[in-house]
Amino acid sequence: MTVSRRTRYGIRVFSLGYLALILVAPVGLIFWRSFDHGWHPFWAAVSNHDAVHALKLTVEVTAIVVPLNTAFGILCALAIVRHRIPGMGLVNAIVDLPMALSPVVVGLSLYLLYARDGWFGSWLLGHGVRILFALPAILLATAFVSLPFVVREVVPVLREIGIEQEEAAATLGSSAFTTFRRVTLPAIRWAVAYGVVLTTARSLGEFGAVSIVSGGIAGRTQTLTQYVQASYENFSLTGAYAASVELAMLAIATLLVMTMLKPRRGGHIGNRGA
Amino acid sequence: MAIEARNVTKRFGEFVAVDDVSIFVESGSLTALLGPSGSGKSTLLRVIAGLEVADAGDVFISGKEATALAPQKRGVGFVFQHYAPFTHMTVWDNVAFGLSIRRRPKNEIRARVAELLELVQLTGLGGRYPAQLSGGQRQRMALARALAPEPEVLLLDEPFGALDARVRKELREWLLRLHDEMHVTTIFVTHDQEEALELADSIVVMNEGRVEQVAPPRQLYDEPANAFVMSFVGPVNRIGNTWVRPHDVELRLEPNGSTHEAQVERIVRLGFETRVDLVRDDGQQLHAQLTRDEVEVLELARGDIVYVRTKRAKSFA
Repeated sequence: MTVSRRTRYGIRVFSLGYLALILVAPVGLIFWRSFDHGWHPFWAAVSNHDAVHALKLTVEVTAIVVPLNTAFGILCALAIVRHRIPGMGLVNAIVDLPMALSPVVVGLSLYLLYARDGWFGSWLLGHGVRILFALPAILLATAFVSLPFVVREVVPVLREIGIEQEEAAATLGSSAFTTFRRVTLPAIRWAVAYGVVLTTARSLGEFGAVSIVSGGIAGRTQTLTQYVQASYENFSLTGAYAASVELAMLAIATLLVMTMLKPRRGGHIGNRGA
Repeated sequence: MAIEARNVTKRFGEFVAVDDVSIFVESGSLTALLGPSGSGKSTLLRVIAGLEVADAGDVFISGKEATALAPQKRGVGFVFQHYAPFTHMTVWDNVAFGLSIRRRPKNEIRARVAELLELVQLTGLGGRYPAQLSGGQRQRMALARALAPEPEVLLLDEPFGALDARVRKELREWLLRLHDEMHVTTIFVTHDQEEALELADSIVVMNEGRVEQVAPPRQLYDEPANAFVMSFVGPVNRIGNTWVRPHDVELRLEPNGSTHEAQVERIVRLGFETRVDLVRDDGQQLHAQLTRDEVEVLELARGDIVYVRTKRAKSFA
């Protein structure tokens, strides 16, 4: 299709302008405000005890949730695409639920389940297991909201590569596990990587569901996003900006790792890297 | 390493792909499963390989019951129609796969892969990826990969189906030589009767999930068991209830009592061979296959009146 020069510039100006307005301006503003008065206020804000703890907690939660959801996502995608299990269609639909459901609803449902008089909560508390207002609740909420990403990335790629390579491996004597490790996994690795990036980003940024079930106790169950909110509400704007910068840096680092992992070789690997 | 399928049935939903089929493939033979698409030939091959589980019937490989064995345990080399290369591995790693998962010693793998790449004329291309190969090279790589673990049986699903005519011809000759050298029991699926006649020493003709006839090429051509085999294996004229091959239609310039009058409708020259389309005086259409010399002697031209006689016409109950 040939497009006139004017149209071409029009498209560029529009898309770049939109990007600047929606994405670059707010994020840029955060960075600018954080370092408005130099490094010292920023450093003071991020090195106070509660901020450090919030950062640690967020990283810890992400480090636990991402591998779990990655393993689940790959298995779930294999089950959906490769095996004709009755009810898999329903699972396929349910996996998308966290995308559609507001995190606040997720938080509330977890609260109802694990509260003192909830379905699981009464039994668990009776056995001395505390879920709400502690790490387990934060993990559950984060795992829930970041569940679909790996599945959603891997399913179409699995469909696209088809079953023939796996059949070929089987006739060559390869066990199911070896086939997965040496044939299937390398073929879907970029989809998995992309799914991991999205899962990580979602886990780092989760706020709604966690804010209901974690309790948000500073220095104990407060995640980084909650720290931002708490600081903001206490008129400690520098703290809010600084923690926001940390969140943005984590997100950028995730994307950088992904970009560095991307193959240098041409795109004949059946991937859909970002 | 004989292969036997006994009363094999395979359904896909309502569709019966293979319907109570029994075949016996002799050790060391090169057998073709020939039939139109949807005749069940590929499904039967996949059942033998263990890639499909039959709804009924048994499979024996080298006299051993293999019906319940996983494909990994059958000692079968399989070449897929679209080659199914491991796209993220180099040619070398593709061929080495069957050996490296068996944890053979490194130097043994190296020697075997080099030998196989030479056999399939891909020496020097080991470092390439499948996407960087031509169709014919990819096919040969798939063959080398299947042969690497020294299978007792080699199964090929439409091995030359996706290749252009010239490459296909080359590969056929090459497969024939390979089979002569290795004597691996080989079954290949094809819908191309010429390919089956040229390569196989035994042909299983399939139609609608059933076996129509099993015979060596010459017998299949000369003594087809029924009208389906007659019309599928080679070109044919149908005259009422009898069938005759175009090269058994004889053309004369003078009538001799057993001939019919016919008019030449079209003359198609295909190199050495010439096809003459005729309409008999009773309205019956015929194709005759003549050599160029015969056509020149008869001085045939469009619209000419000739006298035709059919030889070796067959009728089936």
